[in-house]
Amino acid sequence: MAIDKVWVLAEAGDAGPTPITLELLTEARAVAGTVEAVAWGADTASMAAALGEYGATTVHDVGDLGGALPGVPVAAAMAALIEGGTAPDAIFFPASYDGRDVAGRLSVRLDRPVLTNVTGLVAGDGSLASQHPLFGGSHIVTARFTGPGPAIFVIRAKSFVAEPAGGGAAQVVAAPAPELGAVNGAKLVERHAEERSGPKLDEAAVVVSGGRGLGDAANYALIEELAKLLHGAAGASRAIVDAGWVPYSHQVGQTGKTVKPTVYIACGISGATQHLVGMKGSKNIVAINKDREAPIFSVADLGIVGDVHKVLPALIEALKAKT
Amino acid sequence: MNVVVCVKQIPDPAAPAALDPGTKTLVRTGKLIMDDSDNYGVEMALQLAAGEGDEVTLVSMAPGGETSGLRTGLAMGAARAILISDDALAGSDALGTAKVLAAAIRRANPDLVVMATESTDGYTGTLPVQVAELLGFPSVTFAKAIAVDGGTVKVERQTEAGFDEVVCPMPAVVTVTAGVVEPRYPSFKGIMAAKSKPVDNLTIADLGIDAAQVGAAGSRQEITDVSEAEARGSGEIVVDEGDGAQRVVAFLEQLKVI
Repeated sequence: MAIDKVWVLAEAGDAGPTPITLELLTEARAVAGTVEAVAWGADTASMAAALGEYGATTVHDVGDLGGALPGVPVAAAMAALIEGGTAPDAIFFPASYDGRDVAGRLSVRLDRPVLTNVTGLVAGDGSLASQHPLFGGSHIVTARFTGPGPAIFVIRAKSFVAEPAGGGAAQVVAAPAPELGAVNGAKLVERHAEERSGPKLDEAAVVVSGGRGLGDAANYALIEELAKLLHGAAGASRAIVDAGWVPYSHQVGQTGKTVKPTVYIACGISGATQHLVGMKGSKNIVAINKDREAPIFSVADLGIVGDVHKVLPALIEALKAKT
Repeated sequence: MNVVVCVKQIPDPAAPAALDPGTKTLVRTGKLIMDDSDNYGVEMALQLAAGEGDEVTLVSMAPGGETSGLRTGLAMGAARAILISDDALAGSDALGTAKVLAAAIRRANPDLVVMATESTDGYTGTLPVQVAELLGFPSVTFAKAIAVDGGTVKVERQTEAGFDEVVCPMPAVVTVTAGVVEPRYPSFKGIMAAKSKPVDNLTIADLGIDAAQVGAAGSRQEITDVSEAEARGSGEIVVDEGDGAQRVVAFLEQLKVI
């Protein structure tokens, strides 16, 4: 094993740990002798079986946060454990909303740097190197820490494939946060769920994304309709998120989500490096764009050089006729 | 109310990017511009600090005394700027940068610090919370709406499922995602006024920061290799002759997606 012990920040999803939690546990098993999870919430025990099945022997349970956002209290609890003498060699954080908050806070508490946007790990003798996509994924940068650990890696979703190891339930050990005062003042008041009819963007087998080539915010309805017909999810390029056409949660790319569906259909998207890095891992890519020189065609399995305003409605009609 | 906005001045993302073959860091030559992601933070800050006595201060760290990106934010309406420029800062990692920005922000005595969730060029995405932790401030990341009510900031925070309503005492750090407000274009009057707005030029010595803590000297990470990724071969590219949709259907059928 490259290193002795890895901690994985385990996030709870709708039912058990999130997919990326299981991906990180699987990779942790491959590089470390001991894998432990750090979790929070009122019912961490309910995740112990799943976390154990993917390789965690122990869950350090920060417990109920009393409405506080996780960044400050979870990082403080982790720092307390580490200062108490149970430091891991590396910590894997999911590149999620809360994962990045905890990693950043812990980085300062321990005075350790972070390596983020990790999409691969290379096991060395007693250490880990990380791989990061550059220039839209045309190049891979390998980086490593040169100072003392623990090494803090923030890892993008879908970098590893989750596989159960068949272990028994992880042992839950309480690891409460210390008293924190005003710095822990950000509190959740209420959660709002937006309606979603199809699968999640990063879990869908088919993703249909729209870009600036749609011409107008109203035309995004075509993307949503096509996605629905294919039982897929609707995505977006950064350009139309920046323009306020669709919410950030739809964004695919460097500053958004990484998706690896069976089929990715890019409509009116030129394929800036910012976008390519989030979707070029898709198994099959279809691109529809009027500009033959658009970079999106360099990664497309099927490219249609044409007007999305003509091709999309025709495609929707053809699919409707088949069902 | 004092609002600080951290602004990153970056090479134009539309220009081809390159790596220095020696240091393997991004080449940052030529004119720098304000990161497009920061437009939203500047706009949000200007909207929140629109009352009597309210003020927006920009804080930026950049090489060579670069102010061209800062002038964009000043032209939009920020009152002043703090620029930290020091040869010792070259090669700083996110934590080193956060230490410098936190020390400069402290000077502005802010009620609220607004930042983009991540920069377009480095996109580490941890810097805002690192700054918050160094300042001892609470933070709310991924805001899509912000309102200030007395000593409290109310935030709608983006989540996987929708959004969370969050309340947070000030001073606080809030990061905004792109597209949440419509950034104003600087007016001609604004552009002219920006030329005479104060820019406080600081070195790390002014901030009491040890050179060994920042820059390449303080960075405890290094790039060991840069290599070309396996290229994804492009497939069949056809011009739509009215049969484009049918070709897509045939492709999806072949994959058994439909």
